[in-house]
Amino acid sequence: MKRMSIEQLLGINKFAVDDDEAHIILKKDICAACMDKPCTFACPAGLYTEKDGEISFDYAGCLECGTCRTVCPKEGAISWQYPRGGFGINFRYG
Amino acid sequence: MEEEKFATIIVGAGPAGSTAAYLLAKEGLDVLLIEKGATPGSKNMFGGRMYSHALHKIIPNFWEEAPVERPVVKETITMMNGSRSVSMDFQEVKWGTPPYHSLTLLRADFDAWLAAKAEEAGAMVACGIRVDDLIRENGRVVGIQAGEDRMLADVVIAADGVNSLIAQKAGLGKKFSPKQVATGIKQVIQLSEETISQRFQLSGNQGAAQLFVGDCTKGMHGGGFLYTNKSSISLGLVVTAGALQHSQYKIIDLMEDFKENPHIAPLIEGGEIVEHSAHLVPEAGLNMMPQLFGDGILVAGDAAGFVLNLGYIVRGVDFAIASGEAAAKAVLAARANNNFSRQGLSTYQQLLKESFVMKELVAYRQAPQFMANPRMFTSYPQLVTGLMGKMFTVDGGPPVRLLGKVFSQIKQSKIGLTQLAVDGLKGARLL
Repeated sequence: MKRMSIEQLLGINKFAVDDDEAHIILKKDICAACMDKPCTFACPAGLYTEKDGEISFDYAGCLECGTCRTVCPKEGAISWQYPRGGFGINFRYG
Repeated sequence: MEEEKFATIIVGAGPAGSTAAYLLAKEGLDVLLIEKGATPGSKNMFGGRMYSHALHKIIPNFWEEAPVERPVVKETITMMNGSRSVSMDFQEVKWGTPPYHSLTLLRADFDAWLAAKAEEAGAMVACGIRVDDLIRENGRVVGIQAGEDRMLADVVIAADGVNSLIAQKAGLGKKFSPKQVATGIKQVIQLSEETISQRFQLSGNQGAAQLFVGDCTKGMHGGGFLYTNKSSISLGLVVTAGALQHSQYKIIDLMEDFKENPHIAPLIEGGEIVEHSAHLVPEAGLNMMPQLFGDGILVAGDAAGFVLNLGYIVRGVDFAIASGEAAAKAVLAARANNNFSRQGLSTYQQLLKESFVMKELVAYRQAPQFMANPRMFTSYPQLVTGLMGKMFTVDGGPPVRLLGKVFSQIKQSKIGLTQLAVDGLKGARLL
């Protein structure tokens, strides 16, 4: 089977993206002081990326698993909640 | 506007929540089952198999109407190391006939069915609503707040999953540590029914379950899993969040590597990925269990940490269903005494203690710690695959009898005989 990029994989999923409200918000100044940035390899949707030492994050493809919230070593860096009702990932298989 | 008042509000239409809602509605109670997903099950994901006993007790022969995939008749444990793998198969043909021992499922369908059963029984199911907070009165939970809406109840059941924000808001659950949970990543791969049956040597609708340990997680605490559905395969990895925290591998790369692994690739060849999902698994069991009840509130299912992972067996849904049942009974007992305080709801703990839920979690309470032993994911898969490699390799070299092969392999593994004996004994005692 052909190797797939995370963008391709997320493209298969069904999302109802909430354009008005991000359910996960980062305090980037706290992230800047984080050495390991485990979110960049632990997120199963690959949504945390690092460029020139700065973390960028896209909540649109979030699988709502909570891994980032768990592995984040910096208190207060991630404000995490579920998307508003009806929004976010819609698993068709699960 | 007058606030609506229910006998019970249940947060989360997963197996725990829907079971509680079903049982309470059947008793004629005014029950509200709130689900944040657009439909029940649309936020839920698991590895792929449910042990049937718990639901069979509540809805006898549920498989006749529930959307189930295949009854598992074949269990395989595979140790992987590079080009080598060693598998142990177990088959029980009887599991392919009612009462099916365990069934593979797809949760979007299954959870929607179970929530519909609760609705049929009279529960009100409200989807697309995120519960933001609890309403308290004199320190007691008396309802929930969802956006502008306030809804009141005698009891709230938090069945809102592993990240239970409700249990935390109630002050019952603590934030867990990365060592206590694992990240599960899964892809559903579509293949024809016939291909699956042929590939896994299954007759008719019978199913297979396979667990993998070894270099599929690059030595990290965790493993791989595969479950055959009717016309798809659920394939994935579970890696402890604590290991991911210090990993040099991206979990999404591990998943793609896993599919390319020469021991996996032929199993999924020609398949089409139809979903990529992830979920946290509460792996620490009792060690991460929140307080199970408070004034006006109960915690059930994943929210309560009710998962058992013994390495060769992984269970969660049967625990969730049984805890939903215990929660429903506790609510009924509290109603009989008209006492919804912590003390009035304490029957819940008692019921769980008497059921397999706490009996098994207590019996296997040291399993998570044992499973965290790094030798499980590196040295042992290497030892076993290496030994089999020696046994089956013919190259014209000098003959070495089996015992010699075993000793040289143990020596090579650097585990040491004493360590091996200690691990073996510990494993047999704790698992």
